[in-house]
Amino acid sequence: MTSRYDSLFLDVVSRAIVPLIQIFALYVVTHGHYDPGGGFQGGVMLAASTILLRISQGEESYRRFSPSAGLYLAGFATLGIALWGFSSMLFGGTFLEHGYAIPGIDGVTLRYWGIFVVEVLIGFLVWGSLVAIYDGLTTGGMDE
Amino acid sequence: MRPMGVLLVVLVCGFFLWGTGGLPERGDPEGPAHTHVAVYYIENALADSETYNMVAAVLADYRVFDTFGEAVVVVAAALSVLLILLRRREDEDVPDHRSVAKGMGPEAGKEPGGGTTPPSGPVLGGDS
Repeated sequence: MTSRYDSLFLDVVSRAIVPLIQIFALYVVTHGHYDPGGGFQGGVMLAASTILLRISQGEESYRRFSPSAGLYLAGFATLGIALWGFSSMLFGGTFLEHGYAIPGIDGVTLRYWGIFVVEVLIGFLVWGSLVAIYDGLTTGGMDE
Repeated sequence: MRPMGVLLVVLVCGFFLWGTGGLPERGDPEGPAHTHVAVYYIENALADSETYNMVAAVLADYRVFDTFGEAVVVVAAALSVLLILLRRREDEDVPDHRSVAKGMGPEAGKEPGGGTTPPSGPVLGGDS
């Protein structure tokens, strides 16, 4: 577990800048249909904001986002993408063919939302994985 | 041995340079890279998935299986890092990295009660 660095500037500036980083990261994740960006890039930005809090706030940030939470986030996001893919297999398509994922909805609309679902889940996955790697390197992985 | 190695490098480089002569011109519209599925993606990405960003449509719709694989690789990397680190910690004889980090971390000189600096090296089993 990293300890908090005793610096007023680091404390104030990181607290001010983290919400901005996270809002921009959510914009990058959710705006992949129109702009360059997507899950991988936005997930890295979310992870960067969390790691900045880890460095600047110490204990407090581990209470809010525990070291095991990163791995859970990554695992469940992977499971989510897989389940989304299997659901389209169930309704007559191939694995991850978005157009068949939910019966009764127009295929084009479903493909639009399928891209959105995959991008958002990949964002969570990258976020969780990178935070888990950081926590593994600094604390040994899980909190007991 | 050394002249042989240099000769081998020169030969392989020459072979590859000779091979690039057979590649299509850069940006050639008749090149194989531009006549295969790319044309379909460019013409149909918007109609197929209402997505203005063609790259997103290719990444998360046409080639989503590949993207899923990449994502699994990221998770596997995180799991591998954690497995390696957790395994080392169960071994009693090896200094665990929490105690190692304690000897070298930013709070090394700020132990409560003691004004003296702790030893600079790793603290073996010093988990109090």
